Amino acid sequence: MGDTEIELSVFLQFLFSGLTAGAVYALVGISLNIVYNSTSIINLAQGEFVVLGGLGMWYFLEHLQLPFFLSFLLTITVAALLGLLMERLTIRPLIKKANLLLMIMVTIAVSILLKGLLMFKFGKDPYAYAPFTEGEPINIFGAVISQQILWVIGITFSLILLLNLFFNKTLLGKAMRACSLDTKAARLMGINVSRIVMLSFVISAIIGAVAGIAITPITLMEYDKGAILTVKGFTAAILGGLGTSKGAVFGGFLLGILESLTAGYIHSGIKDAVALLLLLIVLFFKPAGIFGSKEVIKLRKL
Amino acid sequence: MAKRDYISLLIFALLILCFPVFVQDNYILTVTIFAAINSLVALGLTILMGYAGQISLGQAGFYGIGAYISAILSLNFGLPVVFSMFLSVIVSALISILLAIPALRLKGHYLAVATLGFGEIIYVILNEWGPGGPSGFGDIPQFSFLGYTMSTLTEYFYLSWFFVGLCMIFSMNLINSMAGKALKSIHDSETASVCIGINVSKLKIKVFVLSAIFASLAGCIYAHFVTFLSPSTFSLHYSILVLMMVIIGGMRSLWGAVVGALIITFLPEALRGFKEYDILVYGIVLTLSLLFLRNGIVPLIEDLFRKKA
Amino acid sequence: MKRGKKLLGLFLMVCFIVFSLSTSLFAKEPIKIGAIFSVTGAASFLGEPQKNTVLMLAEQINKAGGINGHPIEVIIEDSKSDESQAVLSAKKLIERDNVVAIIGPSTTGESMALIPIVTSAKIPLISCAAGANITTPVSERYWVFKTAQYDTSAVEAIYRYMQKKGIKKVGILTISTAFGDAGRKALLELAPKFGIQVVADERYGPKDTDMTTQLTKVKSAGAQAVINWSVGPGQVIVTKNWHALKMGIPLFQSHGWGSKKNIELAGKAAEGVIAPLGRIVVWDKLPDKHPQKPILKKYVTDYMARYKGEPGTFGGHAYDAFMLVVDAAKRVGPDRAKIRQYIENNIKNWPGIGGVFNMSAKDHCGLTVDSFEMVIIKNGDWEILK
Repeated sequence: MGDTEIELSVFLQFLFSGLTAGAVYALVGISLNIVYNSTSIINLAQGEFVVLGGLGMWYFLEHLQLPFFLSFLLTITVAALLGLLMERLTIRPLIKKANLLLMIMVTIAVSILLKGLLMFKFGKDPYAYAPFTEGEPINIFGAVISQQILWVIGITFSLILLLNLFFNKTLLGKAMRACSLDTKAARLMGINVSRIVMLSFVISAIIGAVAGIAITPITLMEYDKGAILTVKGFTAAILGGLGTSKGAVFGGFLLGILESLTAGYIHSGIKDAVALLLLLIVLFFKPAGIFGSKEVIKLRKL
Repeated sequence: MAKRDYISLLIFALLILCFPVFVQDNYILTVTIFAAINSLVALGLTILMGYAGQISLGQAGFYGIGAYISAILSLNFGLPVVFSMFLSVIVSALISILLAIPALRLKGHYLAVATLGFGEIIYVILNEWGPGGPSGFGDIPQFSFLGYTMSTLTEYFYLSWFFVGLCMIFSMNLINSMAGKALKSIHDSETASVCIGINVSKLKIKVFVLSAIFASLAGCIYAHFVTFLSPSTFSLHYSILVLMMVIIGGMRSLWGAVVGALIITFLPEALRGFKEYDILVYGIVLTLSLLFLRNGIVPLIEDLFRKKA
Repeated sequence: MKRGKKLLGLFLMVCFIVFSLSTSLFAKEPIKIGAIFSVTGAASFLGEPQKNTVLMLAEQINKAGGINGHPIEVIIEDSKSDESQAVLSAKKLIERDNVVAIIGPSTTGESMALIPIVTSAKIPLISCAAGANITTPVSERYWVFKTAQYDTSAVEAIYRYMQKKGIKKVGILTISTAFGDAGRKALLELAPKFGIQVVADERYGPKDTDMTTQLTKVKSAGAQAVINWSVGPGQVIVTKNWHALKMGIPLFQSHGWGSKKNIELAGKAAEGVIAPLGRIVVWDKLPDKHPQKPILKKYVTDYMARYKGEPGTFGGHAYDAFMLVVDAAKRVGPDRAKIRQYIENNIKNWPGIGGVFNMSAKDHCGLTVDSFEMVIIKNGDWEILK
């Protein structure tokens, strides 16, 4: 291979690595946005749903030896139920108080609780299962990308499409958007806001779980991976513009690729710091994020 | 200061003076020393959150800066401990000003993420470039003053709680002064405050710096007490813990910081018996207290007393 | 009615006699041994098997009559992988529980934090962590011992093997925790002694999900082998990435690799991975005459029967630490200073799980590079490399 070809394959390899991480961040960011849009709350327990997805899938698929699709359905059902419980038991009683700080703290408390539950059930070991499709990694210009990563990216984009359709074409989706724009007006139009809130928690729990199910074959899953996923997902959402799903996707991939390129071309020890610096720069100079704008923050379109 | 404040300080002083006389158990003394250190960080955050209405998820950053700088100055440069602590606090204050100026233009979740980002950057710096890297370093000189080196637990107990008392007096004065009233005004409505002519941003920055000073002071005490530092102590996990202390104790109450710190510091000790269930129990306890003790414990108790009267 | 009462009285008396007979077997005062492990937190993969090991051993010894008739009472504290918690645990064990010795902690950082405490309290500490600083300089570690091999010994084992195979350029990947950092320092320091050049020095975090970037850099730098130094899921992820990249150069892992779980999780990617491991993972492949074999066999089979999982190398460190204290207490009684002295002077050619120990006033670790076997994974199982 010639020198430029090697350069290209190395660059592509860094890129693919960044895409893998980025897809996860994007999915977490999207789920955070869904809850944020209908409630203005950032659910800091979001990462735990990703972990639940991975561990739950292992439980049904490997431990109980159930078929793939059944395990998948069962896992997201469990996640949905937990999301529902969380909303009913901890969010609904407090949301009327409208104290932002308190809500943030409650989601943190719930994340600790969920982590404790997961540790209790699964212990501290990492778990994994086979990728969705077995096979050799795919070679593109000398860089390899495993099939599972393509699954993760594919699932990410499919989810975005689905969500787009949901929020723009279905009545329920439009109702959710109405809530995010103006809760009072939505209520006046006859929309059951508390049901919308519940639905948003359920949907983001499901998305989180799907992310977990998809990445576990690559990254393994353990009980305490939640916190860092939440932080990265939150970062991705803010980078792209809090509340916009386009933003979360862009922010997620940007974050992942930036980390990877920093590790690749500068120094792998500082990749986290560089990503954080970028976050601070965006916050200080354009807090609305790349796709947000000051007006959009107020209007909070999806 | 209000009469109430004098009384509470008096009771506090009496409790602190008597405690080591009645409690000789080194283990409990050590826990209370950690509680004192945590109270300092929590106190700073209480003023920031409860009075100035700003959030910070990065207090561990200042806690860590305080600890590391004081340790390095006294260990590697041979400076007297008190001097190292002083310099360390100054440096932390300067860094906090640099952070506050851009950060405090943000609000709510944005400010939370900015401070979180700051805390994480400090952690990465300590982990990557701090002495010993992730493994940390030890042999940090113990606290010494005018030639006398403190080595017993009782001494550290008095030292740490002395600082808590000192900062408490300072905070009480601040709250009751004009600045304090201006702060309350900002918390309630920034727009209105600006209208009456309060320099909102300057005040917010001052309070932010204050919280950083308290946190770094706590870090200094930690460094010279434990005499060993590693970056893992100064992580996001700690920032969240401090937040918990403030909320559980009562965001609007200065003593709430101390109560919250005592509870959160003692809670894992009380939960030792639970072994594997401890994270779960911890999460349940926290969730329940947030759900039912919304304003925090100290206001709850104050309310009870008021109702009786 | 009266007859019923008499019968009841008789019955109770019989119970009482039986009960006192059984307790009189243990009428002697218990010997308290303290243990601090990272049962939860970042290092729980270390602490959990260590805790299980100690519990199992205490039970076995008590069933057999304890130490000279005294039952062992083991008090295990969870340090949650945090130094301040380790400090608190140590204080509790020393002050409140009055233990004769402390086993653990699981990590180097926590062990370092306890050195001043045990030194001033004059109680022996037998750490299960690897850092060289724990027991050196020996003149300042009078009360401190450790049962885990030095990280430098593991590195030595790898470099020796590489020298034999003519590998001159290596790339290293280390995790940015104390474990990885210690390995990194050792790898960089010892390389020149074996004529090896480290051409790439990459890092990653404990929760990082993909290390292909770092591995790609290692390849680009022209390395002939890659060494990964970590514990936890990172080891498996690096292995899978290495396999997917088809790097064509051998992958070496640290001594933290020694768990069947890793082979299971990495699947066929693990084929060909080499690591210096304690003999516990390959005990069944040792010749019967080997002094460690009977102890290894009993430990592994007992542990698996009871806990349904392997103890691993790390559990073994707790085994050795505990048995050192038990041995000492058997000979000199529950005296802190005497136990310390016994361990320092009388442990020679002492076969344990980690290796054959030779403690002395100059060496409070007692293990060398020979406590490792170079092991390769073939067909999903361990095989000793010749």
